[in-house]
Amino acid sequence: MKARWIRGLAAGLIALAAVGLTACGDDDAGGGGSEVTGEITVFAAASLTESFTRIGADFEAANPGTKVTFNFAGSSALATQIGQGAPADVFASAAPANMATVADAGDVDGEAVTFVKNQLVIAVPKGNPKGITGLSDLVGPDVKVALCAEQVPCGAAAKKALQAASVELTPVTFEQDVKSVLSKVTLGEVDAALVYRTDAIAAASDVDGVEFAESAGAINEYPIAVLRNAPNKATARAFVDHVLSDPAKLVLTTAGFQAA
Amino acid sequence: MSADPSAAVSAPVRAPRRRRRAGRVPVALLVPAVLGLLLLVLPLAGLLVRAPWTTLPRRLAEPGVLTALGLSVQTATMATVVCLVLGVPLAWLLARVDFPGKRVVRALVTVPLVLPPVVGGVALLLVFGRKGILGAWLDSAFGITLPFTTAGVVLAEAFVAMPFLVIAVEGALRAADSRYEEAAATLGAGRWTTFTRVTLPLVAPGIAAGAVLCWARALGEFGATITFAGNFPGRTQTMPLAVYLALETDLEAAIVLSLVLLVVSVVILAGLRDRWISSP
Amino acid sequence: MTVLDAHLVVERETFRLDVPLRIAAGEVVALLGPNGAGKTTALRALAGLRPLTAGHVTLDGLDLDRPGSRLWTPVERRRVGVVFQDYLLFPHLSALDNVAFGPRRRGLAKRDARAKAADWLKRMDLTDYAARKPRHLSGGQAQRVALARALAVEPTLLLLDEPLAALDARTRLDTRTELHTHLGEHAGATLLVTHDPLDALILADRLVIIEDGRVVQEGDAAAVTARPRTDYVARLVGLNLFRGHGDGHDVRVGADFPLAVADRVSGEVFAAFPPSAVALHPERPEGSARNTWPATVASVQHNGDNLRVRLDGPIPVAADVTPAAVAQLRLVPGREVWAAVKATQVRAYPV
Repeated sequence: MKARWIRGLAAGLIALAAVGLTACGDDDAGGGGSEVTGEITVFAAASLTESFTRIGADFEAANPGTKVTFNFAGSSALATQIGQGAPADVFASAAPANMATVADAGDVDGEAVTFVKNQLVIAVPKGNPKGITGLSDLVGPDVKVALCAEQVPCGAAAKKALQAASVELTPVTFEQDVKSVLSKVTLGEVDAALVYRTDAIAAASDVDGVEFAESAGAINEYPIAVLRNAPNKATARAFVDHVLSDPAKLVLTTAGFQAA
Repeated sequence: MSADPSAAVSAPVRAPRRRRRAGRVPVALLVPAVLGLLLLVLPLAGLLVRAPWTTLPRRLAEPGVLTALGLSVQTATMATVVCLVLGVPLAWLLARVDFPGKRVVRALVTVPLVLPPVVGGVALLLVFGRKGILGAWLDSAFGITLPFTTAGVVLAEAFVAMPFLVIAVEGALRAADSRYEEAAATLGAGRWTTFTRVTLPLVAPGIAAGAVLCWARALGEFGATITFAGNFPGRTQTMPLAVYLALETDLEAAIVLSLVLLVVSVVILAGLRDRWISSP
Repeated sequence: MTVLDAHLVVERETFRLDVPLRIAAGEVVALLGPNGAGKTTALRALAGLRPLTAGHVTLDGLDLDRPGSRLWTPVERRRVGVVFQDYLLFPHLSALDNVAFGPRRRGLAKRDARAKAADWLKRMDLTDYAARKPRHLSGGQAQRVALARALAVEPTLLLLDEPLAALDARTRLDTRTELHTHLGEHAGATLLVTHDPLDALILADRLVIIEDGRVVQEGDAAAVTARPRTDYVARLVGLNLFRGHGDGHDVRVGADFPLAVADRVSGEVFAAFPPSAVALHPERPEGSARNTWPATVASVQHNGDNLRVRLDGPIPVAADVTPAAVAQLRLVPGREVWAAVKATQVRAYPV
């Protein structure tokens, strides 16, 4: 927490210094509208918090004079905010459905691109006390399972995976987001939960992730797009390009995402 | 403005002056009062304006709506009962008994007011959860688990709503004349009899007001409930949870659910107010 | 037979109550004193609403409170009935249920308690008001319900705290008479706490007067009114009182003012005369009055049908004069007059 705060402050200071430098020696940039400088606001799915914070810092370092501000929240909440006119430059969604909502409202500039995929794993308490190896082990009265609610992307993916495996299970709860599901495992309230592999890796000190074959049938795609009303389109495009670049992919795959 | 109608009857001469005074509400009070009211009412108006009136009947008929509503009313009522049983004695203790650390206890009572409900839910898990301090013992000794059960919803709602009751009842007890309790004692009533026969009836309006606040707070409870009791239709999915999840996909459905919750609570509260809260 | 035998000692930071008190069966004692004298503290100590610091409360031979022996009986187990100053009738109960409250707590079945309460209300002539809530009773009715409630537990000791103070002057007169009757019928001991001398004189067999936590005078009405021993008591009974040194038929009071008295006295004495004994004159009077002195009118107030004139001078006195005299003498504050008192009207008695 503290480290991130300091990093953020440092990034801000660097950005400020960079703005100062650019102002002094403004000779190598192109025409006004296409200049990669200034501030952008990126609305990104909560599951991207760690990776995008890192990628944002890298982007700022590579493009002096830029500053990336993030708004991390559930994809649907972000889509609603964009629909209500929030001043965002880039939207990175955890599900195509939310991106579609934004696109249908005509708020996407160009096409949304899938930049990464996330797949489900079974999160179990450290050491896997119930010896769970696959979805079929989740059925039964002595195994408490938490799932995401169907209305949120991780829940939709879980439903698809369970259908693909023809497993019918009654969870004890349908949580409102994947972090809540995960916390039920870390607190020991449930014996297993379906979460994204990235979440399981982020919580590796408390949980183990058990891969299962049927997860391939429920891969979640993450689309990203520049928004039509972006106040700083040039920098927004540069940021999207950066997210699609190899260094950013490395950051994302290290976090457990799969390349698109 | 006149709280005592008999005063107006016995002093008819004063009535006209009073009416004139009512006409001269100071602007310095009126403006913020109206702004305050707007702040409270405008969001409600927003819901009404955006409500999908044409599809309303169909949406209301969906089975999940009634289930969630029933569960909400049921758990909020049970939570209020829990708060009354535990909170009224606690308020009495704070108002009538001097003990060391009373200030601290009073501050602790208000903790759920300042604590974000989600944090309250986590805190409840740490105590009553399967691995919790008490929860583990409840599970091993009695086979009782609270998370993900309706009882868990009641517990979470009682946790966040109790301060409203305790504060209201304590205030009523402090305002009540404790000499009535002395009078009861001189007539041979012990402390318990005095409490049930004299103190409780005296502060009944305060208890009713506290219970209503408590019930309303429990009815709207979201954070602690979803964190502690989870979200399972028919068992732990109350209206606010249903509203939140509906927001993920369908704004209109969320509005409809919110309106149902609002109407039910307003009807119940207004009904209760006429019957019990208005003092004689 | 002594029912109550008490020595009330209660200490607070700046106040000490130290009052011995004995009351016989059927006796009504008035505890009289100015505000802050400790009357209410004494009543609360007897009722058990405040513990004693020292001393004892013994009722019917039983120690209710004796700090020296760590004996203590809580309020609810004392056979004591209290009529509080503003009655404290339970607002949520009818008059009947207020009266039945005590008997019910003392173990009577609900029906019996209510029957008993009805009986008490009948005695108080309140049968028609049994179903009323206290807020629908008049002051006098509420007072009687409070008395019935206190008597319904058949107390050995009945305590009344300023029982008439909350009533208006007219109701007070009627209620006082009725109260007198009911107190006369009460077989136990009665202690009446009041600051109103008239209540005390009419209702009580004996007066105990306390000032600043101590008994300053005690006795029946006649003795106290005839021979007050403090300014407070004198004012209470409407007498001008002076303390001085007696020698023959003279008492030197104040700044060596000689007051002629009829009795032969010597040593420290009190000298007292009623305001009606003071005559006022525009000039130095000729005549039989032995005591005459020039005085200045300080104030003029109504006092019943007459007017009470307070005079400054060598000795401060109060004089009762008729309205006619006030008009004739043009008695306004600042007016110089002569005061005269006959020696035969000044009573002197040893301190």
